[in-house]
Amino acid sequence: MNRHLLSAGDLSHDDAVQVLDTARELAAVSNREVKKLPTLRGRTVVNLFFEDSTRTRISFEAAAKRLSADVINFSAKGSSISKGESLKDTALTLQAMGADAVVIRHGASGAPHRLATSGWIEAAVVNAGDGTHEHPTQALLDAYTMREHLADGEGDLEGRRVTIVGDVLHSRVARSNVLLLDTLGAHVTLVAPPTLLPVGVESWPCEVSYDLDSPLPGADAVMMLRVQRERMSAAYFPSEREYSRRYGLDGRRAAMLPEHAIVMHPGPMNRGMEITADVADGSRSVIVEQVTNGVSVRMAVLYLLLGGQIS
Amino acid sequence: MTYLITGVRPLGGPPADLLLVGDTIAEVGEPGTVSAPDATVMPANGLVALPGLVDLHTHLREPGREDSETVATGSRAAALGGFTAVHAMANTEPVADTAGVVEQVWHLGKRAGLVDVFPVGAVTVGLGGERLAELGAMADSAAAVRVFSDDGMCVSDAVLMRRALEYVKAFDGVIAQHSQEPRLTEGSQMNEGQLSGRLGLRGWPAVAEEAIIARDVLLAEHVGSRLHVCHVSTAGSVEIIRWAKSRGIDVTAEVTPHHLLLTEELATTYDPVYKVNPPLRTAADVEAVRAALADGTIDIVATDHAPHPMEDKQCEWAAAAFGMIGLEQALAVVLDTMVNTGRLDWNGVAQAMSVRPAVIGRRAGHGRPIGPGEPANLVLVDPSGRATVDARDSASKSRNNPYSGRDLPTPVVATFLRGRPTVADRVLVEPS
Repeated sequence: MNRHLLSAGDLSHDDAVQVLDTARELAAVSNREVKKLPTLRGRTVVNLFFEDSTRTRISFEAAAKRLSADVINFSAKGSSISKGESLKDTALTLQAMGADAVVIRHGASGAPHRLATSGWIEAAVVNAGDGTHEHPTQALLDAYTMREHLADGEGDLEGRRVTIVGDVLHSRVARSNVLLLDTLGAHVTLVAPPTLLPVGVESWPCEVSYDLDSPLPGADAVMMLRVQRERMSAAYFPSEREYSRRYGLDGRRAAMLPEHAIVMHPGPMNRGMEITADVADGSRSVIVEQVTNGVSVRMAVLYLLLGGQIS
Repeated sequence: MTYLITGVRPLGGPPADLLLVGDTIAEVGEPGTVSAPDATVMPANGLVALPGLVDLHTHLREPGREDSETVATGSRAAALGGFTAVHAMANTEPVADTAGVVEQVWHLGKRAGLVDVFPVGAVTVGLGGERLAELGAMADSAAAVRVFSDDGMCVSDAVLMRRALEYVKAFDGVIAQHSQEPRLTEGSQMNEGQLSGRLGLRGWPAVAEEAIIARDVLLAEHVGSRLHVCHVSTAGSVEIIRWAKSRGIDVTAEVTPHHLLLTEELATTYDPVYKVNPPLRTAADVEAVRAALADGTIDIVATDHAPHPMEDKQCEWAAAAFGMIGLEQALAVVLDTMVNTGRLDWNGVAQAMSVRPAVIGRRAGHGRPIGPGEPANLVLVDPSGRATVDARDSASKSRNNPYSGRDLPTPVVATFLRGRPTVADRVLVEPS
């Protein structure tokens, strides 16, 4: 495993499987009455969040605390781009405090890469979502969830078919998922209106469809991406209703999925927009499980980056 | 003062001795045939003499952003780069949109005394793109402005662009357009393509540049005016300009050194030293602009020297300022990309970096032949020396040098501005 986790593309097949296997072992801890391991005692993990994301932050916080690390939450919302304290000064501060790992969420693509490569800080850097670039731990928890349901919780996802639907253009979740699922041998189909696909998507290791109905009967998993309502004003699509009709997952479409297929969403959901309530809460939905698995996967990432060994 | 430059090759031709008397080239003769007992002799065997370089596109930042550059520091960088004239862009604070501001810049240039500083006037008040600045007043000022540009901003309003093109005909001016369709580039960070999609940086489509160039050449044709296209960066732009020239439209175009050498791949570092407007493009675009400079479709090389303070580059990509410096390495980059590849000879370099920019800017004292009676604006070039560029080793106040760490030629040995060396033995010579 590399010293940092900046992109899902940095993970080799063996790295990715190792993270998932480690996460599975650590998941057992979360089911115990005392949900704590002493592994990272005395190590300091900083959650450096330049964007609001309560769910990702508390997931990393729970993960670090279950490994007995000291956790510092540093909310730097609005910094740098609004000419507050710069990323550089924040990094120098964290370095001075002796951070061992920095979990960074930032609105600017590449900010974790900057932090890791500029020489401002020695800590391991974990990308917790950067702009419209990547969100590798989300991809890992998604892969973990798929593996539990579709591969008996072992090995990789060879041959599994995953359909990812929605605002691929602005989605760091989609980018990381395409890279990681390709590494793990899955076949990915991206579904979106052409306006919400990036130029050059044909070079990605996946298929692309403008139509949601056709890939569903062959899908083992379908992942709905959050679509922000403000995209409508930038003319990416004409109206919420039209988006829902063409790209939303409703009961009719969910019924087209094979029996064993699962429905996923990274959250937070726009119920009624990209997914209807009955599907989100239905029997195929593993959305709440994804949150649980997020803690285990992030424990595994921190554990492996900070050089822990499973005893 | 009198200088005798011996053994130099004017425009790369046979060796000659050049006698500079006062501000003029007094004599050009075969080696050993020019006698001048009082002259300071400067041996220049193996060096090439070019007319002093003329930059049509320089940001000197003064007034307003003296933290990144001043007219004096920018002039030093220019002289060390072999320039004897630079055109100072109008996007200062306050904007150079009045006779008062352009005269201030012009006087600052005079005081620095290292290169001729020709202010560029803004096309619209405050670069706001809404109403014309007093172009005539700037033309009639002591600075005698002939090049007008809202550079940094595009004159995107078609009516305003048409009026500007028409209006400057009264004093033989030219509109230098920063071709960037604003709506297509809102929040854009890098060239739009496979790489921008992968890096999650908002794309800057080539069409945003090409659509404006296409419109502007048609406007220039319609009203019979002179158009100059700043920093051409795409293969499509080259095609449009080639087509316009074939129709006889009076358009000229420039390419920057960085667009001749660097590609979008550098964005994978997320290091904002490579963030620039227009963005670095693909290898195919680089090939197209090199070919266009070689065949004359692109007329000139202009630096777009754009200094920025450290804090505006040591940050996240999206938060960083656009721009890179280039005065000191411009000739080096042209040597490596155009001369050492056999695409331009020395005369071609003189045309692209001195003669034609002086013609576009209507600066009669620059870009002249190397001959008796001509102004003694010269640069002496070492065609073979090379070194690794170090951003810290620069006369510019800023360090946003995209060539830092690269091995490049070190061509400029001496620069003469009207007979006075501003650079001698690679060292700056401040005016006494």
